Amino acid sequence: MHRSTLCAMALAVVWSAPLPVRAQGAELSMIREEIRQLKDAYEKRIQGLERRLAEAESRAGKTEHDAARAATVVAHPGARAGGENAFNPAISLILQGTAARSSQDPETYRISGFAPSGGEIAPASRGANLGESELVVTANIDPYFRGLLIAALTPENEVEVEEAFFQTLALDHGLTLKGGRFLSGIGYQNEVHQHSWDFQDAPLAYKAFLGGRRNDDGVQLKWVAPTDLFIEFGAELGRGRSFPSTARSRNAAGAWTVFAHVGGDIGTGTAWRAGLSHLRTSPRGRAFEDADSLGNPVTQSFSGRSRLWIADFVLKWAPGGNAAKTNFKLQGEYFRRREDGQLSFDDTARAAPRFGAVLSDTYASLQSGWYLQSVYQFMPRWRIGYRYDRLNFGRVDNGIVANGLGPTAGDFPLLMSDHRPARSTLMFDWSPTEFSRIRLQLASDKSRVGLTDHQALIQYIFSLGAHGAHRF
Amino acid sequence: MRHLRAAVAILILVWALPAASALNIFACTPEWGALAKELGGAKTNVYVATTALQDPHRIEARPSLIARARSADLMVCTGAELEVGWLPLVRTQSGNARIQSGQPGYFEAATHADLLEKPARLDRAAGDVHAAGNPHLHLDPRNIARVAIAMSERMAQLDPRQSAQYREGAKAFLDRWQRAIARWEKAAAPLKGFPVVIHHKNLSYLIGWLGMREVGALEPRPGLPPTAAHLNELLARLARDPAKAVMRAAYNDPRPGDWLAGRARIPSVVLPYTVGGTEVAQDLFGLFDDTLARLLEAAR
Repeated sequence: MHRSTLCAMALAVVWSAPLPVRAQGAELSMIREEIRQLKDAYEKRIQGLERRLAEAESRAGKTEHDAARAATVVAHPGARAGGENAFNPAISLILQGTAARSSQDPETYRISGFAPSGGEIAPASRGANLGESELVVTANIDPYFRGLLIAALTPENEVEVEEAFFQTLALDHGLTLKGGRFLSGIGYQNEVHQHSWDFQDAPLAYKAFLGGRRNDDGVQLKWVAPTDLFIEFGAELGRGRSFPSTARSRNAAGAWTVFAHVGGDIGTGTAWRAGLSHLRTSPRGRAFEDADSLGNPVTQSFSGRSRLWIADFVLKWAPGGNAAKTNFKLQGEYFRRREDGQLSFDDTARAAPRFGAVLSDTYASLQSGWYLQSVYQFMPRWRIGYRYDRLNFGRVDNGIVANGLGPTAGDFPLLMSDHRPARSTLMFDWSPTEFSRIRLQLASDKSRVGLTDHQALIQYIFSLGAHGAHRF
Repeated sequence: MRHLRAAVAILILVWALPAASALNIFACTPEWGALAKELGGAKTNVYVATTALQDPHRIEARPSLIARARSADLMVCTGAELEVGWLPLVRTQSGNARIQSGQPGYFEAATHADLLEKPARLDRAAGDVHAAGNPHLHLDPRNIARVAIAMSERMAQLDPRQSAQYREGAKAFLDRWQRAIARWEKAAAPLKGFPVVIHHKNLSYLIGWLGMREVGALEPRPGLPPTAAHLNELLARLARDPAKAVMRAAYNDPRPGDWLAGRARIPSVVLPYTVGGTEVAQDLFGLFDDTLARLLEAAR
């Protein structure tokens, strides 16, 4: 038994060994020579056919056909422009802007009941407003790596690095390693670039739990399983430079994520993907400003653990899989976050503080949120979409209030408003080509407790330069 | 312990099996999938990413394509930017080093044929132009022969153990193809100078091969959907320079072509465009048989 096992293994190894190793050199060159002869013979035959066709044409004397032929220039794809510039990376530029109206001032935007995420989460500013102009530069670095940079020129005349990463091409076995700053693979919409979103702004759950989206500095390893069903696993180690983490000077990762995606086709018309993601981080001194029950400014700060789960799915349908005329997309995600640690309450910065000391006690919360959206292209160029957002306040245990240190729930209007923010958004867009889009969006936003914000905006998105590939 | 060893041995055997059997081919479009089957026969597993009823410009990098690209030994695509909207993503996300640019496992048909309609000036104001030229090259059967030679060579390079079979496959196919081209060219003689209106510039190679004459296109610019104003202008032009048919690929929207054909009182012809586009076009021979039959019917 022992020997036969060894034999079987040896056989298997020999069998699976790279084939060229076993092919004899002489045999190979013979084969190459034969193929070359075959190719020459057929090139001659093809040329002969073309000559015959040309003769037949000239005999027939079809002058208009000759003219048509002369008009079409024959290109030789092998001959490309030389010089240093030939290695320029693919460059594209995204231009966007909005004109918006809203019944509440976007400057005072907040999501009641949820710790502020510090991201760019406010609705579009009132009036005409330039959006972020994005410069995308990408190319293969060498046979082993690809590089990409997305720099955003903000309307405040600043430059922000949205993404700047390298990605491996040659690890093989389904593995890809990414390093630098990149959009995290968690959830579904997070990896979709903002100019490809189906609505002008992010879902409320992304605003509340990730500050709009997550693009950390770090590394990502992904593995695609060798199966016909799409199965992908990924993990990221990052600095944790933004919400829900806090950037720290530390010789270790500040945040890590794991995620899994499954996807496939149903017939030729439907494609789907579902995923589960987890983000774990330990923020330290995650501070924000709030106002106490008398309207005086206070600083609150959280230190502890934050764990976020995201379940996502997306389904796309087009008749026969031909999205050119009509197509439909359904997308939804569910977020659930648990945080526990210490919360501090500080009003000492005031001239006449009410409490006069930094109060600190335990804090724990379990909050969730979800959205569901669908977009339907009912005729070429025209799409209509609807999104419903909902956040659940869930459970918040605030030791400062419960243990009677002084402040009451009313002194934590942001953290302790038992409110269920909701939003309905209607979208209508027109895309003359795949490089341009004009969008009308209407929303009724109940993010603030007791207030409804009616928003209306027109947005343009233009894409210049290299034709980018879009994610599923 | 013994059972464990046996189990391990079986596992290794199973793991080794796919490597030792057929060449896994990922074909971006049905025509190259059909050609790979003709050349490789039972030595290959061919997965075709798209169907003839899907607009090849509008494919998405869907999860199933990434999964299939993951285990492909050879990817056969058109190139010339036809697949630019989805293929780069599928390749980088697949984690498959064999199918990256510059590897023998990535084959582009467009580099083995002379492309028509290379734009003299690159400007998107002219519509969705392809810098390398018109990528719909397979509708000239002589291009298929050129690509077949290069593709069989590539298959032999990747799977040298079966190279004799690929060579035989190519020889047999090209012999049949040569005879078929002669037959098609003879049958298509009445189509010489046949004036047609096309939907999109996806039939240029067919028109060039058969010596037909393109009077106009339903799309005002390549890639832009037909507009009422443009169709009316085209109708007026047809009064001066009449066409004898409106041609479109099976995946193109039928309404603009049918509208124009109805007004101009000429037949509207649906061509399979690629393998699988019609009932008859189930392989490359069927594709051209059916295309010619439909055109000759309209020309009668």
